[in-house]
Amino acid sequence: MAHKKKGSQTVVFEKKPYIIGRGNIGGKKESEGPLAACFDQLLDDDMFGEKSWEKAECKMLQTAMERAIHRAKLKKENIDIMLSGDLINQIMTSSFAARDLHIPFLGLYGACSTMTESLVIGSMLIDGGFAQNIMASASSHFCTAERQFRMPVEHGNQRPTSAQWTATAAGAVVLSEKPFSIPEGMRVVRATDATIGKVIDAGIKDANQMGAAMAPSAVDTLLNHLQDTGRAIDYYDLVLTGDLGFIGKDIMTDLLIDAGLNAEKVYAHYDDCGTMLFSKDQDVHGGGSGCGCSAAVFTGKIMQQMEQGKISRILLMSTGALLSTISSFQGESIPGIAHAIALEVE
Amino acid sequence: MPTRINIDGGKEQEKNNARKKKEIAKAYGRYAKQFTPRPRYLANCLKAFFTGGAICTLALAAQNYLTGSRGLSQQDAGTYVTIGLIVIAQLLTAFGVFDVIAKFAGAGVIVPITGFANSMVAPAIEYKKEGPVLGAGAKLFTVAGPVLVCGITSSMVVGIIYWFIERQAG
Repeated sequence: MAHKKKGSQTVVFEKKPYIIGRGNIGGKKESEGPLAACFDQLLDDDMFGEKSWEKAECKMLQTAMERAIHRAKLKKENIDIMLSGDLINQIMTSSFAARDLHIPFLGLYGACSTMTESLVIGSMLIDGGFAQNIMASASSHFCTAERQFRMPVEHGNQRPTSAQWTATAAGAVVLSEKPFSIPEGMRVVRATDATIGKVIDAGIKDANQMGAAMAPSAVDTLLNHLQDTGRAIDYYDLVLTGDLGFIGKDIMTDLLIDAGLNAEKVYAHYDDCGTMLFSKDQDVHGGGSGCGCSAAVFTGKIMQQMEQGKISRILLMSTGALLSTISSFQGESIPGIAHAIALEVE
Repeated sequence: MPTRINIDGGKEQEKNNARKKKEIAKAYGRYAKQFTPRPRYLANCLKAFFTGGAICTLALAAQNYLTGSRGLSQQDAGTYVTIGLIVIAQLLTAFGVFDVIAKFAGAGVIVPITGFANSMVAPAIEYKKEGPVLGAGAKLFTVAGPVLVCGITSSMVVGIIYWFIERQAG
């Protein structure tokens, strides 16, 4: 009997795992954005002293992880399992980071929903008693994503108004069964429950309309989460989607109000990481996207605000577009997914 | 005994479902479009017209100089000017400036031969890391290749049609 399952898609964590460490890193464009102050480290050059974009992304992910381990006052030997994913074929960044770090590794692919996916699975592993300390992380890099999914970086073209900008960023957290190593005066963040999303395909085929492709899955996960837990949207100080961007956020808001949620509450309690990471005048068109977008915003601004007690309850919903380079060429539409994890300050 | 299913009935049902899905997708696409800002068509067209026009005017001035003062034949001068445009576009791509210009000018720099030069050099830079043969060598035509294939194929089709028409007329 699955006694930790609630409703149709939600799980409740009895142990309520603690987030005892966090780390993030951002690229050049992120350093020019409104959240620059919320990064542990920012790069002047997105190559990060490496020979290829892929190596640079790998180094960024490792740096974020090491920062998280350091903040948790642990050694990498204390991490039982590392959960990580990215956008490059065969999740190269995460696997190669795991090769260098020598931590037992489970690779994940949830496209841009990976940060929440790793947090959800990590919390489950701790709650099930399979691990004490878990590393949950995700990364993306504008140039690695651009050359894999679109065009060579130096190719000259005009981006459509709905195109989003893949964040060059990585974020990592250490989840733990016990709250040791939390500094005095700092609030502790715990994971309470999570809703696992279904893959929803609204039939969008345009790879430059990611926000619109993912919004229906985010709406579905949120409505199911609220129904399973019996909560209203204003139970949370902030409901945060991963990378719907400016267009997807508007669609999500409209669909939520259409589904019967109170409009004022939706406007007051809902936001999107893709609209926070960059400002509109940074020429990012539809806003930020990529695994690193929600990973960096959550491990930066959001965690800071929670630790300082400015906000106490959030629902993090990283959103992913599960297309591949093959599926778009074969004329398939873009399936979307969104997972949700509820986090609260103790 | 396996249960028999009505295959034709199933197909009909499947067709109906597929049609319905398509309709929903279309309706959602229209709905999503309302939220998408429209590109500035007029401004983009003007930028493309003036930048493209400027490139062509300068190229023609260079060609006139070569045929006039330097006494080159029309054909030789044309070749030199084309090479010059390609070299400039390649250098600008290598210095990382071309994509900035293209973002502003759009078709103005993509339609002239400068766009072709960029579409060859950009993959060459990008895939150099995977080696000169299987990286740059294999991927050199990833952007320009499809355009060349379709362009040459369509010119052949037009040529055949032209040949038939001419034969009829003759």
